[in-house]
Amino acid sequence: MTPEAKHLEVVLDTHVESVNLAEEMCLRVAEAVGFSEEECYRIGMSVREGVINAFHYGNQEKPDKKIHLAVDLTREKMVIHVMDEGRGFRLADVPDPLAEENLLSTSGRGIFLMRAFMDEFNVVAGRTGGAEVIMSKKIPPSGSAPSNGNHGKSSSDATPKQEA
Amino acid sequence: MPALFATRREVGSVTIIDLSGRISLGEGSALLRQTVRGLLADGQTKILLNLGDVNYIDSSGIGELVSGFTAVRNRDGELKLLNLTKKVHDLLQITKLFTVFDVYTDEHTAVRSYQ
Repeated sequence: MTPEAKHLEVVLDTHVESVNLAEEMCLRVAEAVGFSEEECYRIGMSVREGVINAFHYGNQEKPDKKIHLAVDLTREKMVIHVMDEGRGFRLADVPDPLAEENLLSTSGRGIFLMRAFMDEFNVVAGRTGGAEVIMSKKIPPSGSAPSNGNHGKSSSDATPKQEA
Repeated sequence: MPALFATRREVGSVTIIDLSGRISLGEGSALLRQTVRGLLADGQTKILLNLGDVNYIDSSGIGELVSGFTAVRNRDGELKLLNLTKKVHDLLQITKLFTVFDVYTDEHTAVRSYQ
């Protein structure tokens, strides 16, 4: 981390309200950093989906488990980590929500939205024992707020880059 | 303050639900589910959801829209969408649900499509 890097970490209960709390917290950081309204929407939605994933699939809505949310700010990007205490999962095992047979599925679009809305996205084995979703967005230069142009792309267009 | 408000009105044989707020995990999704299931229980199967004042939908809300669509279709009815905001429009587009739902920008045209 550079000397200017900042780290923020919170532990959230496995509760629906944690989804709103996490979104709100990251939105405040994103706004303070200078992301545009549209990029803030994408970041907020991605955090929301990451925490919903941890709440529902990772921790299976068990109140004794926790959701760990961390934000790293460097000069270049905002990196968000969402960790659960579940059993973990492999991205390759997640069904494609755009496949014809999955279009009428009532779930399974969260990962897709995070991939589409963030610059980088990955899932690894987390230090909390479950999955760790890592996603990042490049911080706009001071005084400007460019779009990343991901909006509207399909999952194949929004192929995530691996975290270093 | 509730996440979502739903107001019901009838135009001919079509039930229009004017929604405003957020359709997201928790209250918003739950209200949409109760509303659609309630209409089906009342025997209403021509349902038009006016999303003109819905400024936010997450994956849970998308799932609830799909669930409602399927539940109505299983009763030989039709659930259609009216007046999408840009954010909702874009979400349905990238999730390919535009190919699933009938979407209208004009209420009169939407109502007539059920006849």
